[in-house]
Amino acid sequence: MTITAKIDLTGHNPLEALQQFFADILKTENITSILVPQRLPPKNTVMPTLVTDASLLEGVDPLAPAFPMNASRIAARLTRKPMGGKMAAVLRPCEIRAFIELIKLKQARKEDVLLISVDCLGAFQNKEYLKFAGQNGKEATLRFYKNVMNGNVAEAEGLEFAPACKACEYPVSENADIQIGLYGLQTGESILVKAQTEAGDRILNQMKLPETNETQERRTVIDGIISKHTGYRDSMFTETREATNSLEKMSAYFASCVNCYNCRVACPVCYCKECVFVTDVFNHDPSQYLQWAKRKGIIKMPTDTLFYHLTRLAHMSTACVGCGQCSNACPNEIPVMELFRTIAHATQQAFDYQAGKSIEQEPPLSTFREDEFQEVVGITN
Amino acid sequence: MENFEPTIIAFVCNWCTYTAADLAGTSRLFYPKNIRLIRVMCTGMVDPQYIIKAFLEGADSVLISGCHPGDCHYINGNYKARRRIKLLKEILPQFGFDPQRLRLTWIGASDGIQFAEIMRDLTLQMKALGPSQTKLKMVI
Ligand code: SF4
Ligand code: SF4
Ligand code: FES
Repeated sequence: MTITAKIDLTGHNPLEALQQFFADILKTENITSILVPQRLPPKNTVMPTLVTDASLLEGVDPLAPAFPMNASRIAARLTRKPMGGKMAAVLRPCEIRAFIELIKLKQARKEDVLLISVDCLGAFQNKEYLKFAGQNGKEATLRFYKNVMNGNVAEAEGLEFAPACKACEYPVSENADIQIGLYGLQTGESILVKAQTEAGDRILNQMKLPETNETQERRTVIDGIISKHTGYRDSMFTETREATNSLEKMSAYFASCVNCYNCRVACPVCYCKECVFVTDVFNHDPSQYLQWAKRKGIIKMPTDTLFYHLTRLAHMSTACVGCGQCSNACPNEIPVMELFRTIAHATQQAFDYQAGKSIEQEPPLSTFREDEFQEVVGITN
Repeated sequence: MENFEPTIIAFVCNWCTYTAADLAGTSRLFYPKNIRLIRVMCTGMVDPQYIIKAFLEGADSVLISGCHPGDCHYINGNYKARRRIKLLKEILPQFGFDPQRLRLTWIGASDGIQFAEIMRDLTLQMKALGPSQTKLKMVI
């Protein structure tokens, strides 16, 4: 049996409770470090920190609506080889899903890591978070947490969630070893701690927290969030398809793209060590540009913009987890996530695949069946 | 579009379809000059990127052709190619490409006659379909 326990909040706010919980995790035998987002003074930026000293968890804040990067990449960097001790990693559900894709791409390992996830409250775009956090990031987070629980963030803060979060169907991780629950509980009374794997069970066993049950109420609240987000997602798909259904419209969509490739750098699943678009292959001869210009009389500079985006769609859309970091990173506010998720939905469906769902499901482009997709062969269909 | 001459880029594997093309040639079979063959060692090395590039540069059609299933000289390159074509047929039509412009066939080394036939048929199909939208317009 997997353990479901609770942490009482009497006299604590949820951030203090989480800080204590993570400190206790660090004290369990065989966990030697914890990767956890913390607020860093003086600007209240929330960044992943790798901590070995349980007294240095003062700024722990996995609830802040800040999502500066998809930390699956950091987790991959820390697990690609044995690090000499087991690490607990506190990640958002979409970070865990990206991490699972990276395991399958052999860029990360699951062996030495305990995955912990907190019910995701959602995040703002980068710029907006910094405005929101202002002088007191901790206070801002606690206010935000209450507003999320009451379902009135937009009204209370005058800020919208990032589109990726509005369209997210996975606010609660299915693959974390330990899932920390916030939704569907009495705000301010307790939080839920649930083991979802044997590894999680072993840790919770050592911690001896009071056991409890996951309520139907909690399930209902989560289902409500998922169906609201799915609705947003589906209209986003329809609008995006309409906005890109010809080459002219695609050109308009990416008209302000400067080929900075930030979207690719921010992407947790764009897997190449060196992207072909930054190699000499694309350092064309000056005479080549002239030749291209002559052919049609005009070319837009820099060139290869649609080439880049279409290639990236072909390379990574089957692994896209929809975290939205591409949009977050774009200097010119191009809705990159909207397009990538729209296409990813179609490509993943075509291969009956869900990115980040499980380690067992094989990535569509690294496997095949002998007898499949006959409909794409031949010139008559 | 009576005088329209489509450009067809064909990535053909060295061991089967290229050999078939060679056979068609040495047997003096006729096939249209619209086909531009690019010889690759195996269909399994055709990255989707090559296909996208060909289309964006104005190809009216892209054909990938290799060994029959079970005959690939690198064991399973053609199965992987088939998945990539499936993938592109999901992606490209979204942006207004007619999926008929992207073709995958298996033509064995001794199928010179079939090679010439397929090239003729494909050229006729593309003539009927007209030029691809990338041909004349500025693509960013
Ligand atoms: S766009 Fe393609 S080549 Fe570039 S990093 Fe991503 S997967 Fe690799
Ligand atoms: S981040 Fe934006 S501007 Fe930069 S390459 Fe991506 S879409 Fe283009
Ligand atoms: S060698 Fe012909 S398809 Fe692989």
